[in-house]
Amino acid sequence: MSWTFVFALAVIAYAFKVLGLVLIGDRPLPPMLDRCVELIPAALIAALVVKDTFSVGQQLQIDARVAGVAAAVIAAWRKAPLIAVIVIGAAVTAALRALT
Amino acid sequence: MMSIAISRMWRDDRLRAVFAACVTLGLAVGVFAISFGVASVSAGASVAQTCVLSLLVFTGASQFSAVSVLGAGGSPASALGGGALLAARNGAYGLAMAPHLKGRLGTRLIAAQLTIDESTAMAAAQDDEAHRSAAFWITGVSVYVFWNIGTLVGALLGSAVDPKVYGLDAAFPAAFVAMLWPSLRERRSATAALIGATVCLALIPFTPIGVPILCAAVGVLVGIPAPQDGAP
Repeated sequence: MSWTFVFALAVIAYAFKVLGLVLIGDRPLPPMLDRCVELIPAALIAALVVKDTFSVGQQLQIDARVAGVAAAVIAAWRKAPLIAVIVIGAAVTAALRALT
Repeated sequence: MMSIAISRMWRDDRLRAVFAACVTLGLAVGVFAISFGVASVSAGASVAQTCVLSLLVFTGASQFSAVSVLGAGGSPASALGGGALLAARNGAYGLAMAPHLKGRLGTRLIAAQLTIDESTAMAAAQDDEAHRSAAFWITGVSVYVFWNIGTLVGALLGSAVDPKVYGLDAAFPAAFVAMLWPSLRERRSATAALIGATVCLALIPFTPIGVPILCAAVGVLVGIPAPQDGAP
């Protein structure tokens, strides 16, 4: 691996991260845009959850993670603290893998 | 900004909960970081290059993808392309976080480096401005610390435990479910989340890795119509 590659990837990654700062900064947004921007975490984090739960690379796959995340959903619904939801999700997944 | 967040944390139940969750999630981050360190060195990077990747790129998915493409004999250009597709969602997070991260330009340039899945989701889970910014910093800094220590350990050690044995691959979606949960009570957020999840799932088999999550952003279009009076 070349150092050029290392720094090129670093520049690309930071360019994306700093984009919001450059485009929006601390300017107030028009209300419509503001409403849309506020929904970005909900749309993307929900996508991330299904990606992390149901896929490996480009393949859809049902495995122990589905049970772990289902348990996490129940825990979140029952208002368990965040730390408990994380531990439950990992523990159920690990237990199921150990058993099968 | 950071010292304010830290001193406030101990007097605030909600921030203590954020911190406790960050340490737990941090352990999972650390174990994945160790396996990144191992993967990177075995793909031909030096220990120094591996550590600089984690310090400067600080986007786990991009880093894993880049070293796996190079390790499999792929060209640097394709490794950069794949890495960029996975880094692009941080651009959307930056748009979402920009209105909430006040302060001097220098502080916000540091905040940009910490703009990742975990910090954005944890911030979004808070329901007022002060907690949002504090949760962002606590999460961003703790993931940064665990990610970089883990990378160094993995690069030096050359062997790692399989995160799957401890179900740590499920720790992240579990955490994101919990962070997302409070916002789902609001109808627009719930609709945006449903659209995002459906689009992502539908695209996974057909598009390059990283693209499905970017396309999930169409979910935000439910924000276009002005809210009607009385509707939540």
